[in-house]
Amino acid sequence: MGVLERFRITRFALWIHRVFGKRHARIGIYGPPNVGKTTLANRMLMDWAGETIGTVSEIPHETRRAKWKSNVKIENGSSSLVIDIVDTPGIATKVDYKEFIEQYGLDPDEAKRRAKEATEGVIEAIRWLESIDGVVLVMDSTENPFTQVNVTILGNLEARNLPVIIAANKIDLEKSSPATLKSAFPQHPVVPISALTGYNLDNLYTTMVKHFGKRRRKRK
Amino acid sequence: MKKEKGVSVTLISRKKLESFSTDEKIDYIIKEVSKGKILVLENGLTPVEQSALIQQTMAKIDHDTFIGIEMEGYADVENDGNMLRKILNKIFGVIKKPRMTVIGPANLLKTVYKDNNVIQTMIITGKGAK
Ligand SMILES: Nc1nc2c(ncn2[C@@H]2O[C@H](COP(=O)(O)OP(=O)(O)OP(=O)(O)O)[C@@H](O)[C@H]2O)c(=O)[nH]1
Ligand SMILES: [Mg+2]
Repeated sequence: MGVLERFRITRFALWIHRVFGKRHARIGIYGPPNVGKTTLANRMLMDWAGETIGTVSEIPHETRRAKWKSNVKIENGSSSLVIDIVDTPGIATKVDYKEFIEQYGLDPDEAKRRAKEATEGVIEAIRWLESIDGVVLVMDSTENPFTQVNVTILGNLEARNLPVIIAANKIDLEKSSPATLKSAFPQHPVVPISALTGYNLDNLYTTMVKHFGKRRRKRK
Repeated sequence: MKKEKGVSVTLISRKKLESFSTDEKIDYIIKEVSKGKILVLENGLTPVEQSALIQQTMAKIDHDTFIGIEMEGYADVENDGNMLRKILNKIFGVIKKPRMTVIGPANLLKTVYKDNNVIQTMIITGKGAK
């Protein structure tokens, strides 16, 4: 069976599930390494399910396997949303084990192992895009948003008409510029947050319920 | 090749790119870039091709010889106010028309600056070069 055919069948199965309501919308938390995806996933799950999902680290590629939690109910006043949340490995176009040694002091064996697992994590994260219904794309608002990884993720989602919310993270840092992200991506909701302090998470939840809660995929 | 100084930069026309299937295109890019060449594509890759290229790059990374790619291209300008296009986008999703893209080995090519209209890169010679 061709890739495209298989893809169509998967989509069809998803559609059937959606129509008969057997499966919750699956929301992926995506972005480049180290932008705060797991910090955000942990906070979301602490707020709505009372548990955490993964470890956080200042060293990039901490998450190297996708992890998910099913049946998470997010409430917003009288409306609510039940979703499966997937925390994905950071997507990158390169992985250099020497960076782990030189910048973070890992020993060479550990650095090489981390790099190898990181490459597998990137492949896995991209593969997961096919079975996801919506995405919270996390960006570090202290950094340039016009990177290829952001462009590629957004392009894939837009081509399939999937709803995206951009979480402009780390706005507790002085050099953050959420306004840059807003003007860079006017076609999507951009919510400035700090996953670390929890600042403005309410606003993100409200946006999620509104944006992902629609019965059908977004027709923007 | 390795003894020559300097880095090869190849500009590839839209016509040549269009003569490739997606798989051929990705194979070609990986092959050239992993040999240490920098490519400038007249029209870039579709989002699906971009993610396939990233996956194949990851599979090819080998600690000391190939650490991956640097790739930068322009996103499409989609808000041109064209009504028909808006309607089609609503029905079928946004079809991004890929634009000019530069791709090179990550140890040689570094992005210095990028916004919607300018991509500035630097070629690292010396220590980075193979
Ligand atoms: N100042 C600040 N730091 C943050 C924030 N969110 C995350 N961080 C820090 O950023 C670093 C990376 O956080 P993670 O949550 O591990 O990032 P990630 O996106 O999951 O990274 P990978 O799993 O490696 O892709 C850690 O040192 C976090 O403490 C934030 O809102 N503000
Ligand atoms: Mg993580």
